Amino acid sequence: MAVQSDVIDDAGPYDRAKALSAFKLGDVTFYWITRLSAISVLLILGGIILSLIVGAFPAMKEYGFAFLWTQRWAPSADPPVLGALGPMYGTLVTSFIAMLIAIPVGLGIAIFLTELCPQWLRRPIGMAVELLAGIPSIIYGMWGFFVLGPFLANTFQPFMIKIFDGVPVLGAIFAGPPSYLSLFNAALILAIMVLPFITSISVDVFKTVPPVLKEAAYGVGCTTWEVVRSVVIPYTRVGIIGGVMLALGRALGETMAVTFIIGNSFRISSSIFAPGTTISAAIASEFAESDGLHQSGLILLGLLLFVLTFFVLASARLMLMRLEKKAGT
Amino acid sequence: MNFIKTIVAAGLVAATTTAAFAADITGAGATFPFPIYSKWADAYKKETGNGLNYQSIGSGGGIKQIQAKTVTFGATDMPLKAEQLEKDGLAQWPMVMGAIVPVVNLEGVKAGEMVFDGETLANIYLGKITKWDDAAIKKLNPNVKLPSEAITVVRRSDGSGTTFNFTNYLSKVSADWKSKVGEGTAVEWPVGVGAKGNEGVSGNISQTKNSIGYVEYAYAKQNKLTYTKMVNKGGKTVEPTTEAFQAAAANADWSKAPGYYVILTDQPGDKSWPITAATFILMHKDATDKAASQEAIKFFRWAFKNGAKAAEELDYIPMPDSVVQQIEKTWSAEIKS
Repeated sequence: MAVQSDVIDDAGPYDRAKALSAFKLGDVTFYWITRLSAISVLLILGGIILSLIVGAFPAMKEYGFAFLWTQRWAPSADPPVLGALGPMYGTLVTSFIAMLIAIPVGLGIAIFLTELCPQWLRRPIGMAVELLAGIPSIIYGMWGFFVLGPFLANTFQPFMIKIFDGVPVLGAIFAGPPSYLSLFNAALILAIMVLPFITSISVDVFKTVPPVLKEAAYGVGCTTWEVVRSVVIPYTRVGIIGGVMLALGRALGETMAVTFIIGNSFRISSSIFAPGTTISAAIASEFAESDGLHQSGLILLGLLLFVLTFFVLASARLMLMRLEKKAGT
Repeated sequence: MNFIKTIVAAGLVAATTTAAFAADITGAGATFPFPIYSKWADAYKKETGNGLNYQSIGSGGGIKQIQAKTVTFGATDMPLKAEQLEKDGLAQWPMVMGAIVPVVNLEGVKAGEMVFDGETLANIYLGKITKWDDAAIKKLNPNVKLPSEAITVVRRSDGSGTTFNFTNYLSKVSADWKSKVGEGTAVEWPVGVGAKGNEGVSGNISQTKNSIGYVEYAYAKQNKLTYTKMVNKGGKTVEPTTEAFQAAAANADWSKAPGYYVILTDQPGDKSWPITAATFILMHKDATDKAASQEAIKFFRWAFKNGAKAAEELDYIPMPDSVVQQIEKTWSAEIKS
């Protein structure tokens, strides 16, 4: 507005230089506003890391690197003995199982929606998936607690335990007694929660595949499966991995639902039907009533989650870069 | 000009509303007394027009808020020791009591049918007793049909005053518990699944067969959970009743405890319920906002005088009269106006 009125106010012959400098001013202002917005992200991120480090410092000094591989979590001992191994293990295991379930199912839904689904079914399924993303996490937690948990404990887990009883490794992973608050229950809920991230991003990127590519493939006699495998997925690989990363980020950090159904035990058990805990669940549970070293230890857990998420996402990036390089040559 | 007028008007409105809010007392802390504090606040507001804003953020949060002077009073289930009170210039007194009861989910077992003693309870929570038909449980319950099933142990996952009182009791009755786990709002549980809040534990127990847990008596009663009897310090078996809870409070020696630092677990007396707990109020002796501080004392005085019935309706236990009289003296001696 200001720029325009300047130009108009200037009576007399049209002053080209002045008008240009006014435009330039606008341009520079615009540049700086956007630049500052972008930089503010870095500042905020830096501020978060800094305050986490400051808060975690007493615990870092007390426990050092042993914090990473200590399994004991005894805030009431004198002095408190705190170790992050239990929550770290729980975070990684639940996220891993969640992704194991959510990636194939999410991609399956996306492929069905874009390639195979009859037109009239597309909207209901698409909306159902988007609704899944809109449900508050506490609702997932309650559903996991009241509905999924009892079903798992009474039906699914005894079945699995019986099947794998005595099998090496798998027998230990699916060991009893069944409990409806377990790592597995949490992982299953996480899988449902991250499904929409994978599905809607995949659907969006699948739509970007130029029809002519697919038509050409169909033209030379490819089946739908071959088109998806050799045309659609390679073309959209970067986008799919982006969606998976977003989902993984959510799975690593999800708090409310997990706190409700994971059983909050700091002990590591080889069985996925045993209760466990995650970093975010541990913080959510104990932060309000903590003080001193205990609180500092919880903040250190938070810092650890930050670093963990960073590493997982960074390694996903790296993998992506390598894939692209391979595809390029 | 209209614009300026609007701003001035808005400012005036804001100023008057803040003035109206200034009469309100603010408090924060323990979740356990929240239902009764809000019920009292409601009745008090109807009677006097003065409001009370209580935020149940947990005992630890209550202690922090009163130390930071952001509230008129703090509330905690875990009393501060006399030295700590001295250091922060705080006065402390018990406001109302509650009790913690073991609850079980066993087929065919009704409320009040089973009996536990402290040591058996400690051994279950230590993971030393893992089956329901263990000899120690059988011995206490010769007439109850106990299945040969694994015990699912349920406990709180969030830091809580309930856990503090429960683990404090186990520490008093079991040397093993004391050395291995100890007491605190959050401890290193050897076994069991953690559920959030009293409601989480109640929900867990009612859904899981062969489970045991501990909750506030009010939750056990309202959710119709199968609570058990307990053997107390005097070796007598007691039912969880208001009389048993009050007996524990009456048998406690409040007069000799500086800052009313008495933890009501494992009190002597034939009738005493062993896991009884008081919840405490914390206030600055020399508060910055003396008007609010006086207002709060007025509210507490009113609650002691008129709130007993409401407390009993919600399954809390009012403080005995002798203790209330003593607290009144503390107020006039310690809180500066």
